[in-house]
Amino acid sequence: MDFKFSPEEEAFRDEVRAFLATNLPPGTNKNDFAFLAEWNRKVREKRWVGFSWPKEVGGGGGGIVEQVILKEEMSKAHAPPLGACFMGLAWVGPSIVQYGTDAQKQRFIPDILDGKYQWCTGYSEPGVGSDLASLQCKGVRDGDFYVVNGQKIWTSIAMWSKWMILLVRTDFNTESKHDGITCLLVEMSTPGVDVRPIKNMSGTSMFAEVFFNDVRVPVENRLGAEGQGWQVTVSALASERSSIAEVTAMFRKLEELKELAEKTRRNGAPAAKDARVRRQLSVFEAKIEAMRLNGLRYLTKQLKGEPLSSETSVNKLHRADLEVEMGDFALELLGNAHQYLRGTDEAVDGGRWASGALNWPEVVIGGGTPNIQKNIIAERILHLPKD
Amino acid sequence: MNFGFTEEQDLLRAEVRKFLDARSPLEEVRKTMESDAGYAPGLWKELAELGWLGLTIPEAHGGAGLGWVDLVVLLEETGRTLFPSPLVSTTLAAAAILDNGTDEQKARWLPSLADGSRIGTLALLESQDVLAPSGIALLGKPDGDAFVLTGTKSFVADAGAANLFVVAFRTGPGAEDLALGILDGGAPGVSATSHPTMDQTKRTGTLTLANARLPKSAVLLGADGRGAPGRAWPAIARLFDRGAIATTGEMIGAAEGALALTVQYAKDRIQFGNPIGKYQGVKHPLAEMYVDIESTKSLLYYAAWALDESPAEVPRSASLAKAYASDAFARIGIDGVQLHGAVGYTAEYDIQLYLKRSKWARPTFGDADFHYERVATLGGL
Repeated sequence: MDFKFSPEEEAFRDEVRAFLATNLPPGTNKNDFAFLAEWNRKVREKRWVGFSWPKEVGGGGGGIVEQVILKEEMSKAHAPPLGACFMGLAWVGPSIVQYGTDAQKQRFIPDILDGKYQWCTGYSEPGVGSDLASLQCKGVRDGDFYVVNGQKIWTSIAMWSKWMILLVRTDFNTESKHDGITCLLVEMSTPGVDVRPIKNMSGTSMFAEVFFNDVRVPVENRLGAEGQGWQVTVSALASERSSIAEVTAMFRKLEELKELAEKTRRNGAPAAKDARVRRQLSVFEAKIEAMRLNGLRYLTKQLKGEPLSSETSVNKLHRADLEVEMGDFALELLGNAHQYLRGTDEAVDGGRWASGALNWPEVVIGGGTPNIQKNIIAERILHLPKD
Repeated sequence: MNFGFTEEQDLLRAEVRKFLDARSPLEEVRKTMESDAGYAPGLWKELAELGWLGLTIPEAHGGAGLGWVDLVVLLEETGRTLFPSPLVSTTLAAAAILDNGTDEQKARWLPSLADGSRIGTLALLESQDVLAPSGIALLGKPDGDAFVLTGTKSFVADAGAANLFVVAFRTGPGAEDLALGILDGGAPGVSATSHPTMDQTKRTGTLTLANARLPKSAVLLGADGRGAPGRAWPAIARLFDRGAIATTGEMIGAAEGALALTVQYAKDRIQFGNPIGKYQGVKHPLAEMYVDIESTKSLLYYAAWALDESPAEVPRSASLAKAYASDAFARIGIDGVQLHGAVGYTAEYDIQLYLKRSKWARPTFGDADFHYERVATLGGL
């Protein structure tokens, strides 16, 4: 065991820190449009957007350890994201790099790296959530087009996206339901695409229903072969696994909870002196530290050239627990004051704890519910019979 | 960056597992735990010959000179089969001498601990069961070249088997007036007995002292020139950390043993026409056990590494590991028995042995409340 980084890796860390010192000085308004535009241009110039993607498609060609260092330093500095196209960078881009034609790579990858527009993800359907492979949205070949009919739901940021990565069923007669699925790249302005935002429990809209009515998608926008859509999806989701940046963000949230405990009261004394409060905060710390160290064990495995498989579900479960429990614990600390969202001095920290406590489903349910993660562990690692 | 075991460590694990599977399967463990000694003296000698008793003792003193990460590998395996032996106690006694003793003291005791001719243990706690300076009341009265001790030390692991006791005692009323010394089990006025315990694979008992003389030459720290006043408590605290880490190593192995038994049962037991492991009500608690075991491993391996390489990180990392393990293993023991249904409650099935081990392990070297409180303090709360 050795937790030190090599001199080259440390030099890279210094480079990242120096960049942050110059380009993200203390007091920077990170919501300022001009600042963000400049930030995006500079990190793109450093090839830190798509850092691990191959150089020939415009990525950084960076190694796994450097990627961890980069994410860690960025997160520690509260830096804006590396690149503006969230889903494009997280899984659409990696899928196109792996399965796309040269024409598709040339058309989409530079725009994703430059953050020209957003992508959304058309996976879930009204009757199809955790059991994604049962999807029913239909794609029928008609000459040089697929004609798509059906509905998607819980499609995050569909209303602000220019393109969608979409899964449709092109064959209803395959022996395995996984084999009849095809992946299409769909321009949201295509006639017949109808986006209807859904208001969530925190009062905002992050996701939408998307209806497809005889939407004609050119065959050249099919990603991978017909019937290969499941494979494309699985490898896309697998590329989204490093939890290092999340861990840094959660340690930060823990510090904020500790500050909250210092300034709120419980049973007539500062909450930070209350035995249960102290224990609960330490339980959070143990789980976050376990995530950090689990992540380093997985990283070690990857560095040895062993592929990661279902063990990453462990950190997904911790993340889900922490997201719910930490958000809820903040409300407990606030007591009655947690009810105020805004418009009164009694709304602690502008009411952000209250809205924070309502946003966990995005993390906890998106990308596989905790129950599904437990099935994955039980079936693929413990080899219990399939449900 | 490498958070994994070396080939040698993997090999050590394979060797220990092979040895214990062959020589101390659970049928043997059951015989040993019913015996008066509570351990198998024949196997103890073999462990010495294999170099496992002196694993962390330097080669110059008859040991293998390995680190605590290696020790954790060994202890995960002894935990997996609930191997009854004073291995952890002896290792901790050796660590006390290694951490704090003079070269002469090391030469005097370590070889006999490494070759198994002496069995050592820590005698730190007293009946109030408090891990703090205030928990040590036993007074050592100076008398010529020795301290004279009268009183009892409680919750002494392997008390009945040990013949070398690392005793924490007091030389005055102040918080810093503490000392750590070695008492020979055969000395006049020293008697130790193990009591019947819930977990029969772990013997615990009392060390009774009646005008026992602890020579000043056997004081490791804390009095008459052996270290400045106030140094004994940090040394004792470091021993607690070592104890917490060693205990957590055995807990992980035992938790994996309990999970393996329960998974097998869930595959074999048929109800409503299916193996019960097909149902999510059974599957999910088993998955949760896996999550907790994996997470405890990460926390523990880091703590063991810190003991070897980064001492300043030991208190927090040891406490995180032992705290997490204490809650997790307690739940694993209970869920393991419950998922077995009624047979889990029978003496015949092995799962109940793991439940009892989880009860033993929880308070040993501090429970979750103790360690989480320490984490809170260390974290500035």
